[in-house]
Amino acid sequence: MMLHRILSGDFPRSRVLALALLVVFAGLALAPFLFPGARAINVAATICVFVVLVASYDLLLGYTGIVSFAHTMFYGIGAYGVGLSLYSVGPTWGAVFMGLTLSLMLSLALALLIGLFSLRVKAIFYAMITLAVASAFAVLASQLSDFTGGEDGRTFSVPEALRPGFRLVENEIFGTAINGKLLTYYLVFFSALALFLLLLRVVNSPFGRVLQAIRENDFRAEALGYRTVVYRTLANCLSAATATLAGALMALWLRYAGPQTTLSFTIMMDILLIVVIGGMGTLYGSVVGAALFLLAQNYLQALMKQASDGLAAVPLLANLLHPDRWLLWLGVLFVLSVYFFPTGIVGKLRSRK
Amino acid sequence: MTTTTPAATADAELPRLRLDTPPLLVLPILALLALPLIGSFPTWVTLTVAGLAMGMMIFIMASGLTLVFGLMDVLNFGHGAFVSVGAFTATLVLLPMQGWMQADSVLLNLAALGLAVALAMLVTGLLGWAFERVVVMPVYGQHLKQILITMGGMIVAEQMIHVVWGPDQIPLPLPTSFRGAILVGDAAIEKYRLIAVAVGLIVFVAMFLILNRTKIGLLIRAGVENGEMVEALGYRIRRLFVGVFVAGSALAGLGGVLWGLYKETLTAAMGGDIMVLVFIVIIIGGLGSVGGCFIGALLVALVANYAGFLAPKIALVSNILLMVAILLWRPQGLYPVAKR
Repeated sequence: MMLHRILSGDFPRSRVLALALLVVFAGLALAPFLFPGARAINVAATICVFVVLVASYDLLLGYTGIVSFAHTMFYGIGAYGVGLSLYSVGPTWGAVFMGLTLSLMLSLALALLIGLFSLRVKAIFYAMITLAVASAFAVLASQLSDFTGGEDGRTFSVPEALRPGFRLVENEIFGTAINGKLLTYYLVFFSALALFLLLLRVVNSPFGRVLQAIRENDFRAEALGYRTVVYRTLANCLSAATATLAGALMALWLRYAGPQTTLSFTIMMDILLIVVIGGMGTLYGSVVGAALFLLAQNYLQALMKQASDGLAAVPLLANLLHPDRWLLWLGVLFVLSVYFFPTGIVGKLRSRK
Repeated sequence: MTTTTPAATADAELPRLRLDTPPLLVLPILALLALPLIGSFPTWVTLTVAGLAMGMMIFIMASGLTLVFGLMDVLNFGHGAFVSVGAFTATLVLLPMQGWMQADSVLLNLAALGLAVALAMLVTGLLGWAFERVVVMPVYGQHLKQILITMGGMIVAEQMIHVVWGPDQIPLPLPTSFRGAILVGDAAIEKYRLIAVAVGLIVFVAMFLILNRTKIGLLIRAGVENGEMVEALGYRIRRLFVGVFVAGSALAGLGGVLWGLYKETLTAAMGGDIMVLVFIVIIIGGLGSVGGCFIGALLVALVANYAGFLAPKIALVSNILLMVAILLWRPQGLYPVAKR
């Protein structure tokens, strides 16, 4: 009953999926104790942030049927908002909240403007306009280097409780020091969990049902008396706000905000890929997809390097397997999964019964 | 004989399409407004020619995309890949033929360039055909999947360029006789920009004639207006579409060669970068309209050049502002296509 409330009545509906979700949840919740080492914990924190980021994108793509290429822009606004505010005001909690408020306001205003401006027309129109706006924003962020640090981005210090030097308890617990890094991780983890459950609540509410109706047949939804423009714009704003919060979490974790980690088109591509592979139109897809994808990204690239070095004698093949060509294989995987697995991993698991 | 005469006169009396003039006036008004702001006439001439040259190149790249969209309701987000591939294919001819390129003879220079353009258009045309067959065909009528698939196709193509040509930038110097500028009065005009303007005009006029004076053009225009009716009359619109797709891809390849020579360096991402401008252009022009695309391309390029001179900081977002302004005036673009 309790679980029913927490998951908003949206159960995994597949044993394998439920098991996978439990493994991911347990793995992330206990990551600092299970997997020691800076790299493992970094991967875990990135997964937490990406689950929220991808879930918020799925609200647009999977539930409402809108393709946006500006999601990294909102993510970037969140990261830069917190980052620049900590950089200029100094490492206090006040600065964090100021940055968060300002960036949320900016994101909402932009999402509202873009939405009202272009969501009246077709999905394709919105895709083009967001692509243009997002690339202009990325150029702006790297050009205004006095303010944003340009291509190098900004490194900043976080409030004292979140610094690695800070000790909550002197003794180690299960061989892990209870320091500021651990606190930051749990801040990221619980914020991500809360945001994810909130999104789950949203998509299973009457509001979420209307969004799905718009996705299936917007003309019919309009005829039933729902103002589709209003619903689409609201979904857009909600998704943008969540992405902003995800960006802020990422900035707190990395203690850095720069164009490569937040605004680059590669990240947009990652988001698209995770949504499609995990399964469009189901938030659990973002959990499974993000976990699989980021693990592969962090540990498979090493494998590719080995293969490439091993094949150095074969010119073209070595190039194909070079770690920098990671995106090539992602692209192929992406096209194939749109064709053959449009419902993604979650859809496959659910239909298997 | 007597019966044909009234029919003929009835034909002649068909009302001509009214020309929609306000969008045509935007360009000269913009150019005239910019003159007092810039202040110096020679600078204005240089900027205007630069804008026109850039606009022509963007038009060449955008025209195929807007036609494909108008005809078959397919928006190819991977169009930029053809631009990059075209430019990189040209290096296959231009780099080994440095001798002809460096020669101090307009004829040899032109021959090398012509060969490069021909090869680039051939390769991108074939690639367009394959792209249509393999990638686009299974997703007709599904916008969401089209956007995702063509975007994925573009990433793959961009990465394949890296695989074939390596990860570095490739410098592509202009042929000797097209370098430098000529002086008209006090205004310096780069020779290559004049060539770009000429090529752009040729493409536009050729396209205009084909669309308005030939049977194929008639069918294409009819297909844009109402595809089902054209099919019902017994024409295979599929074949028409493949033809337009191939032609559009080849034009993107031509645009890529011109753009690559203009920038004098090639990167695999150049197609993706220029696509942002191309999308703005076809939105401004009205999705599916070639005339609108032409005016839109020139507008975007002129505004970018003027703004770059007058207020470099604003130049970064000038295209977006222009798009917003145009869409507030005409929400469907300058020349909305009837059915949408």
